[in-house]
Amino acid sequence: MALADQAPTGARINPAAAPGRSWIERIPPGWWIAVVVLLAMPMVANNFWLFQVMGWSFILGMIAVSLTFLAGYGGMVSLLQMSIAGLAGYMVAILGPSGTTSISLGLAWWIALPAAFLVAAIFATLSGALAVRTEGIYTIMITLAIAAAFFYFTRQNYTIFNGYSGFNLVLPPRLFGVNWRDPVPFYYLCLGCAALCYGAVVYISRSPFGLALQGVRDNPRRMAALGFNVTAHRVAAHALASVFASVGGILLVWQNAQIAPGTIGIPAAIDILVVAVIGGLRRPLGAFVGAFIYVILQVFSPDVLGVFGFSAERFKLIIGLGFLAVVLFSPDGVLGLWDRWRARRARRVDPLTGAPR
Amino acid sequence: MTLTRPDDRPAQMNSGNALELRGITKMFGALAAIADVTLTVRPGERRAVLGSNGAGKTTLFNCITGDFPATSGIIRFFGEDVTAFPPYERIRRGLRRTYQISSLFAGLTVIDNVYLACRGVSRNRYSLLRPRTDDALVHAAEMLVEAVHLTAVRDRLVGELAYGQQRQLEIALAMSGAPRFILFDEPAAGLSPTERRDLVAILTSLPAHIGYIIIEHDMDVALRVVESVTMMHNGRIFKEGRPSEIEEDPEVQELYLGGGHG
Ligand SMILES: Nc1ncnc2c1ncn2[C@@H]1O[C@H](COP(=O)(O)OP(=O)(O)O)[C@@H](O)[C@H]1O
Ligand SMILES: [Mg+2]
Repeated sequence: MALADQAPTGARINPAAAPGRSWIERIPPGWWIAVVVLLAMPMVANNFWLFQVMGWSFILGMIAVSLTFLAGYGGMVSLLQMSIAGLAGYMVAILGPSGTTSISLGLAWWIALPAAFLVAAIFATLSGALAVRTEGIYTIMITLAIAAAFFYFTRQNYTIFNGYSGFNLVLPPRLFGVNWRDPVPFYYLCLGCAALCYGAVVYISRSPFGLALQGVRDNPRRMAALGFNVTAHRVAAHALASVFASVGGILLVWQNAQIAPGTIGIPAAIDILVVAVIGGLRRPLGAFVGAFIYVILQVFSPDVLGVFGFSAERFKLIIGLGFLAVVLFSPDGVLGLWDRWRARRARRVDPLTGAPR
Repeated sequence: MTLTRPDDRPAQMNSGNALELRGITKMFGALAAIADVTLTVRPGERRAVLGSNGAGKTTLFNCITGDFPATSGIIRFFGEDVTAFPPYERIRRGLRRTYQISSLFAGLTVIDNVYLACRGVSRNRYSLLRPRTDDALVHAAEMLVEAVHLTAVRDRLVGELAYGQQRQLEIALAMSGAPRFILFDEPAAGLSPTERRDLVAILTSLPAHIGYIIIEHDMDVALRVVESVTMMHNGRIFKEGRPSEIEEDPEVQELYLGGGHG
């Protein structure tokens, strides 16, 4: 009977839409600015910024948003999202062309890409089916165990995953005569995919499936008493989340032009959790904010650390401290800080203007 | 205890009952929360289950819906053996329930709560497409919200609702889709006199083919909305009858009505 005092975890993800206004009118001005800045960025930014900083941010964001979807909307914290992304990336390398011609099948992209998504989704479904039988910390443990097993498997298996060396020269297909690994096309490719993933998560959160997933998160027993198969719903969420992770994983292989077991190691798996938590699990935007912060720290902290005589490796220390600060002071991440700051400002303005809000 | 006795078989073959419990026992460790309960309810029948706290009434509901599977015994719902079915399979067959302690989705709005209830007993539970505003289920949800007088708080988060409103919502969730039989677990507890009148109005205006069992301490509510009464004590049924018979029964008066129950 303790279910009655279940607290909402990700409350008010999407307040009811204001009726009578088209969705375009409801987009706040800040978003239009963000869209213009992102679209115009290649005109001012250099290649390093576009390809390394922004490209990587978008990729990490997509993998992290698959975790946000599971954790924020479904209440399931999985450490498998990097493994799923990596598996999709590996599949592109194995099924499509790569420098490791002894293994890679060299299939056309329109076979290799769908197959990569499919294999990753099957993997996510099977491991999800194992994970959803557990709750809380045990979900984290079992997904960590599967992630570790997959990592060691790729490292030791030479017939499919080519062990330590992995695959190099994994390049995106030359569609429409564009080299998609050139910084500007790659930037727009990542931006477009990230926007699609973000939009899909927001859209799905209000679909019957997404609403039911939030119901499963808040009160699984009641969901069963409303006719929902809670276990199947959770497994389906794992399968769906794999799509976002796979997009990120495939882009990651193309960005690096290679994939090796290190890409999907335990540190990488945990980084995804750190990214999603730093940004804030309550909203899908948090994954991308977290990813951007992570990448900025990773890319620029070696210089800063160097000034103080620390080795570049120490950037993890900064990330770790940041993570600690977020967990301690703002459990809903940087976006939560932002929300509270805006709420405080609104309250301050209120008595002066006399406005009801 | 045996699960099926030979003499039960003819009845099982062709039972016209909405609900049929045979020898239901639920153990919590060594405690038999309900012991060897046998009960039949006709379609459309409205029945009260009375009994002091801890008598096993809620546990009986939990066994019927499958929230807790019964330790032994057989449950038939409109003739179908649902004993081994998970809760959602029973719900999809037309069984509904409310919870004694409101069991809602605090982080979702009122309309979303009711929409979920409507979606749970319809198809496309896994649909990734947002419902259109003219969606039949959205409309059904709006009607239910109106039926329990919650239209004014339609878009509020359920966690922010007053207690009485949460109880109303609890009832709306149980009326979604096409219920055939509803289990109400103390729906009137903690309601104001006005809210009680609303509740009685809702119960008496349910279509005649929908039967229900109501657990209710308030005799004014319970005996006005039912045609039969089952008395429980210590996990067992000790009396069944019409409301007037139960009210006058000396044993009942001693154990329940007169006895120190609050
Ligand atoms: N989940 C549970 N675990 C252990 N004991 C329980 C549980 N639920 C109910 N009980 C016990 O079963 C008995 C019947 O409880 P319940 O069905 O809630 O009674 P009622 O609804 O008639 O007040 C009580 O003794 C109660 O303590
Ligand atoms: Mg009870």
